[in-house]
Amino acid sequence: MKYLHLLTANLKRKKIRTVLTIGSFVVALFLFGLLVIVRGAFSQGVDIAGVDRLFIINKVSIIQSLPLAYRDRLLATPGVKEVTFSNWFGGVYQDPKNFIPFFAVDEESYRQMYPEFHIDDDQWAAFMGDREGAVVGAKTAKRFGWKIGDRIPIMGTIYPGNWEFNIRGIYTAKRPQDDTTQFWFHWKRLDESSPQKGAVGWYIVRIKNPDDAAKVAKSIDDEFANSPYETKTDTEKAFAASWVKQMGNIEFLILSIGAVVFFTLLLVTGNTMAIAVRERTAELAVLKAVGFSDTFVMVFVLAESLFLAFIGGGLGLLLAKGWSLMGDPTGGLLPFFYFPVKFMIAGILLALAVGTIAGILPAISAMRLRVVDALRRV
Amino acid sequence: MVRVDGRGDGKSLVCVRGLEKNYRRGSEVIHVLQNLNLDVDKGEFVAFMGPSGSGKSTLLNLLGGIDLPSKGSITVDGDEISHMSGGKLTTWRARHVGFIFQMYNLLPVLTAFQNVELPLLLTKLSGAERRKHVETALSVVGLADRMNHYPRQLSGGQEQRVAIARAIVADPTFLLCDEPTGDLDRKSADEIMALIERLVREFGKTVLLVTHDPMVAERANVTLHLDKGVLVEGTVAEARA
Repeated sequence: MKYLHLLTANLKRKKIRTVLTIGSFVVALFLFGLLVIVRGAFSQGVDIAGVDRLFIINKVSIIQSLPLAYRDRLLATPGVKEVTFSNWFGGVYQDPKNFIPFFAVDEESYRQMYPEFHIDDDQWAAFMGDREGAVVGAKTAKRFGWKIGDRIPIMGTIYPGNWEFNIRGIYTAKRPQDDTTQFWFHWKRLDESSPQKGAVGWYIVRIKNPDDAAKVAKSIDDEFANSPYETKTDTEKAFAASWVKQMGNIEFLILSIGAVVFFTLLLVTGNTMAIAVRERTAELAVLKAVGFSDTFVMVFVLAESLFLAFIGGGLGLLLAKGWSLMGDPTGGLLPFFYFPVKFMIAGILLALAVGTIAGILPAISAMRLRVVDALRRV
Repeated sequence: MVRVDGRGDGKSLVCVRGLEKNYRRGSEVIHVLQNLNLDVDKGEFVAFMGPSGSGKSTLLNLLGGIDLPSKGSITVDGDEISHMSGGKLTTWRARHVGFIFQMYNLLPVLTAFQNVELPLLLTKLSGAERRKHVETALSVVGLADRMNHYPRQLSGGQEQRVAIARAIVADPTFLLCDEPTGDLDRKSADEIMALIERLVREFGKTVLLVTHDPMVAERANVTLHLDKGVLVEGTVAEARA
């Protein structure tokens, strides 16, 4: 700590340069944060998908349905523990921009399949007892100011007409990355008004042993092979990943942008540190002359670089965190705007790594500086 | 006592024997110091004079342990420094040497207090003890009231006095002054020399000083001349006679 004033004093030497260097770290790490948040928004389903759940869709396309009769056959498949199903219901609340994921769910089995979502028993019982009942995620309820007992008008798009639902429950989740934007209502109600009876959007099965996922998936697809409704079964994670992939290689895009930004930052900081050391040659020589060791001088220069990286990186990450806390800016399309702590730590480590790489060469040149040569240059 | 004939008893504070320093410029070898001997007792004030390129600063750098000789030995207060490793030499410098440079070489981002405190950061003294030492050193050089000033807020003479305070604050074995008045006007130079004399007289410091200025050299107890890498006592003309 007794050397801290040496470090801070040097940063005050060229205030504009220090501010600009810190600023470049702020921008880079803020961008890093945004990229992580956006990547997370796209791939959140992949990260949180249940390891013991399989997702079964029509082999032709997810928009093709499967027969309700498959439920019992799925339950009879070796390795399958339980089954549920749901349908996508395209709906609009007030404005098409207000995106909400509406699902018609099998009320008998859906809640059990997703224990990560929590809803009070009495609320669930009220939902079960009301044919027009619905359960919404806490985020969506908060977004639109819905309360239990509210009657919500929804305009159907895939299933046209004006639909009205009574909010009977609000579910929550423990993990911040869990999706609490969904809107569930009774599958039976959808089925009653659908021209194609007994049409299920997709099935979700829980398997007894996650290690058997591939085997059970194959058994299911084999079971329905050569039928009018062949199936395609994947783990929930694989399904979510393929869904994300349809939007393009987000990961590659993010990595490319991130790499360019950090390489540029490396050059900027490296140049700054090199200039800072060059213009302080005599001072570093004096430090050595009065008894500071070569190692101290090296660490001193490196610490300066790391200090800039830490302050700038930390500010950038905090800004990104603040941005994520402001919530989803896409009107519900990407509801998971969350900046996990582990990525904040990764961001700081990344900033420190850039600080180290940028500072190491100037630090070594400072360490190797010969006092006599340096003083002769004054 | 100061001797340049190499016949001292080896018990002097500074004892130099057969010192040589050569530089290589391409294929040419430049002999800066040749077979130089020197004995300086504690409390002496020695001035080194000589033309540019005669090796005065090189000698001072060697004595201060910031350069290594090509040949010969340097012993200071019983420590043979000419073969010390870099790390040991650094530690030795911190304990034994106080440097005073022509250009003061204060750190512009630090206050006078912080500049003087620098050598003490290497010690185990507490913050309060360091403060006491720094205040004492600044009082000795007459700048106790300027301790919070930055170098840019001080005159050249005041900057050099801060540099002197920095050199003496850790109570080193000897002070090495390389043209300490070279960048000052006559009045400031006189003040600096008076201060250095006082350090010798009142505090018993050993001072080795390099200068071009005969008026500065006159204030030393002994003046030694370097001519073509060889040390002679008195003026060069006297020595040749």
